[in-house]
Amino acid sequence: MTVEPVLTVEDLSVRIAGLHILQGVSFTVAPTGVTVLLGRNGVGKTTTLRAVLGLTPTQGEVRGTVRMGARSLVDQPTHRLVRDGLGYVPEDRCVFAGLTVTENLRLAERRGSVPAYDRVYELFPELDRRGRQRAGSLSGGQQQMLAIGRVLLNDNRLLLVDEPTKGLAPKVVTEVAEVLERVAAAVPVLLVEQNLAVVRRLATDAVVLAAGRVAWTGPARDLLLETALTKSLLGVGSVEVHS
Amino acid sequence: MGTIVLLTLTGLGLAALYFLVASGLALVFGLADVLNFAHGLFLGVGAYATWWAAGNLPGAGPDGLGFVLAAAFGVVAGAVVAMLVELVMIRPLYSRTIEQVLVTVGLSLAGVALLQATWGADPRPFPRPEWTRGVTEILGAKVPNSGLLLILAAVVVLGGLLAFLRWTRYGLIIRAGVENREMVTALGIDVRKAFTLVFAIGGAAAALAGALGGIYFGSVSPGQGGSLLIFAFIVVVIGGMGSVVGAAYAAVAVGLLQQFVNYYGTSGAGDICVVALLAVVLLLRPQGIAGKVATA
Amino acid sequence: MTNSVVDAPPAKVPAELTPPPGRWHRVRPWLPLVALVVFAVLPYSTAHLPGFFEGPLNSPGTLQLLAICLVFGGLAAGYDLLFGRTGMLSFGHALYFAAGVYGVDILVTRAGLPLWSAALLTVTGGATLAALLGAVALRTAGIAFAMVTLAFAQVGAILVARDFGGLTGGEEGLPLDVSGLPAALVGVTNTVNLYWLALAYLTLVVFVVHRVSGSPTGRVLAGLRDDERRIGVLGLDPYRFKLVAFTLSGTLAATGGVIYCLLVGGASPHITSSELTLSLLVMVVLGGPGTRWGPVLGGMLYMYLDHRLTAFGSSSAVDALPSVLSRPLSQPLFVLGTVFILAVYFFPGGLAGLADRLGPLRRLLPRRP
Repeated sequence: MTVEPVLTVEDLSVRIAGLHILQGVSFTVAPTGVTVLLGRNGVGKTTTLRAVLGLTPTQGEVRGTVRMGARSLVDQPTHRLVRDGLGYVPEDRCVFAGLTVTENLRLAERRGSVPAYDRVYELFPELDRRGRQRAGSLSGGQQQMLAIGRVLLNDNRLLLVDEPTKGLAPKVVTEVAEVLERVAAAVPVLLVEQNLAVVRRLATDAVVLAAGRVAWTGPARDLLLETALTKSLLGVGSVEVHS
Repeated sequence: MGTIVLLTLTGLGLAALYFLVASGLALVFGLADVLNFAHGLFLGVGAYATWWAAGNLPGAGPDGLGFVLAAAFGVVAGAVVAMLVELVMIRPLYSRTIEQVLVTVGLSLAGVALLQATWGADPRPFPRPEWTRGVTEILGAKVPNSGLLLILAAVVVLGGLLAFLRWTRYGLIIRAGVENREMVTALGIDVRKAFTLVFAIGGAAAALAGALGGIYFGSVSPGQGGSLLIFAFIVVVIGGMGSVVGAAYAAVAVGLLQQFVNYYGTSGAGDICVVALLAVVLLLRPQGIAGKVATA
Repeated sequence: MTNSVVDAPPAKVPAELTPPPGRWHRVRPWLPLVALVVFAVLPYSTAHLPGFFEGPLNSPGTLQLLAICLVFGGLAAGYDLLFGRTGMLSFGHALYFAAGVYGVDILVTRAGLPLWSAALLTVTGGATLAALLGAVALRTAGIAFAMVTLAFAQVGAILVARDFGGLTGGEEGLPLDVSGLPAALVGVTNTVNLYWLALAYLTLVVFVVHRVSGSPTGRVLAGLRDDERRIGVLGLDPYRFKLVAFTLSGTLAATGGVIYCLLVGGASPHITSSELTLSLLVMVVLGGPGTRWGPVLGGMLYMYLDHRLTAFGSSSAVDALPSVLSRPLSQPLFVLGTVFILAVYFFPGGLAGLADRLGPLRRLLPRRP
């Protein structure tokens, strides 16, 4: 079974202020389903996503290749990558707190393409109702919906989603997972996630990082079957596997 | 009563001057993280360009509509210089904050020296249109019209800026960029275009301050921008480093405090009170009056 | 499927621990000492360097210019303790220098104190001032810190210019009353003694900065410059270390101010201006921030050029140029500002960095046996 991956990361190394955060990370993201990036805190999951997007801080140093299809993404400005179909839902949501919900969405509109407000409001009717509310006054879950919603306003070839369930109440976690499941039916997703219940529900493939390197890759099913391996790779701090 | 009205209005005139300089500084700092020492140069360019145009530009003159044309020329000159500075000198150092500050420092030294080389170090008498030489009686106080003109200009600029930020696409990008610039690029927006725009806006506002300040002081000299700049910096810090509204409040506070203390206390005590106010604000509320909204 | 255990990254050997062989590296440690000796005996030379100095090397005019260069070399090295070695961008360093100049001037001229006690009081006062203001200013960081230090220095400038209490002489400045000073420091013929004093100051600053940056404290400061969070993670309080650096740097500046006051025979308000701080920044960046000799060289060269460019600007060679060129060139600050901007773009390491860049070139040259 050889399918052309949507994203290929080869030998990616990132050094920030003298610290080697990533050391030769290589993996691919399948063109369908959810590829989950796993690992203990501080192994470089967020750094990987940001390096793919060209968001490494200026004093940092990035080496290696990142390709979307056949095109190299290295040394391209972030805004161009995003326009080419790389949607980013950052850690901690990063909605613009001082702007209204509508303004947050309007910001994501692009010249030359019709924004898919139907799609967004169909998934998140709440955002339509709260259009004039300042994003900073939304609950954590609503902010997450907004962060996902503004990415879905445009068509994407790949979504990079960083810890969408972090700090959310269990009920809201389930909602977010449902939404991501629906989204992933249409667009491939590279997901950073710590909540194993969510991983179990969404993941088709898994990449496990440890100390800045890839420690394991393969179908998510295989990883989750081996409880001992999961424990050793993801740490005891991870959420217990229910269901 | 008359004295208080007079001091209030002249204080507001001073505040208007500070605001015209500080609003651009605040936007540039808020969006691009550039502490722009060359901002005083934009003021100088505006003042000298207006002064030059009043004498040499066809159609422009020292009075009436001619002066309006001269001032417009000065404002455009300030905006163009500011834009060029951003494109040529600041942009290649994108997000290297310290280097950007250093370049603006060098530019402020070299630029002021260039003004001095061209027009001499001594103050030159500035054209003062007929109306601005008079006074208007308000509640028993004879207020200089040049001060009222400054207040009017600052109010118009404030209103214009707020409308621009509120209702336009670029205004939206700037407001979002002040909060989190990186996230703006991560939505597919080239935020550097907005940088150039805020430099141009800031340069235009500073140049207007230069032209109107020239009327207010009656003369123009190369170093004028530099001394105003320090108080404009203070206004920006008190106002919250990136907020136009905050800069407006802070400018009023600083202008009034300075004017009243300088009048009732010894001359110069007002300037020191302003710095004391800065220290107090920093100790009590380090993010300023209207600090950047903290994102979770 | 990769199931390998992750290896630790190979430890990187810092370049300075692997000394490249060569004659140069045996001579190099002695160079500062050689330079010191050369500068110390320089007043005995009557050599003429036409184009570089107006009179012979031992003439009072030349010695004074050299002494000013030495003081500013030391001042720049002290400022680099903040900027280059700790990463703090202070725009108010002129304040502590001016505190030294005006402090000693006022204590000697107005209060009639003997020089040594006045100098001691001034330096102590400068240190206290730096500690107090630093304690407030360091509540902010980065660009806000720059603005706050700038504002504090502005108060100093206002205090001096407005002449509160009639102490500072306002715009006119305050000439130093030399009647109570030691005879060896007074008069044109004794300029050489002041020159040696300036040299001693520079040596002191270089020694202090060198010792501090080599100490554990210095390594913490360098850590603060590179990444403040890392120092926080180590359980050290960045605030205290920064305050130490700020106070030390301010004290060194006040000391330099005392020497400068003796050297030029008084105080004038322009030394309180923010332009002086900006010049210090230019010196450090031109010389090479965070290097041992860069700031010293930068400071000396800047002051030398600042004085000499004025002469150069009014020279016949410049006058012969069309006025579009000759006018800006007659402004030292135009030339220095432009050189500075170019340095920021093209020589980020300053003069010191330039030497490193030329290193490979030098190695390519054939060695003499």
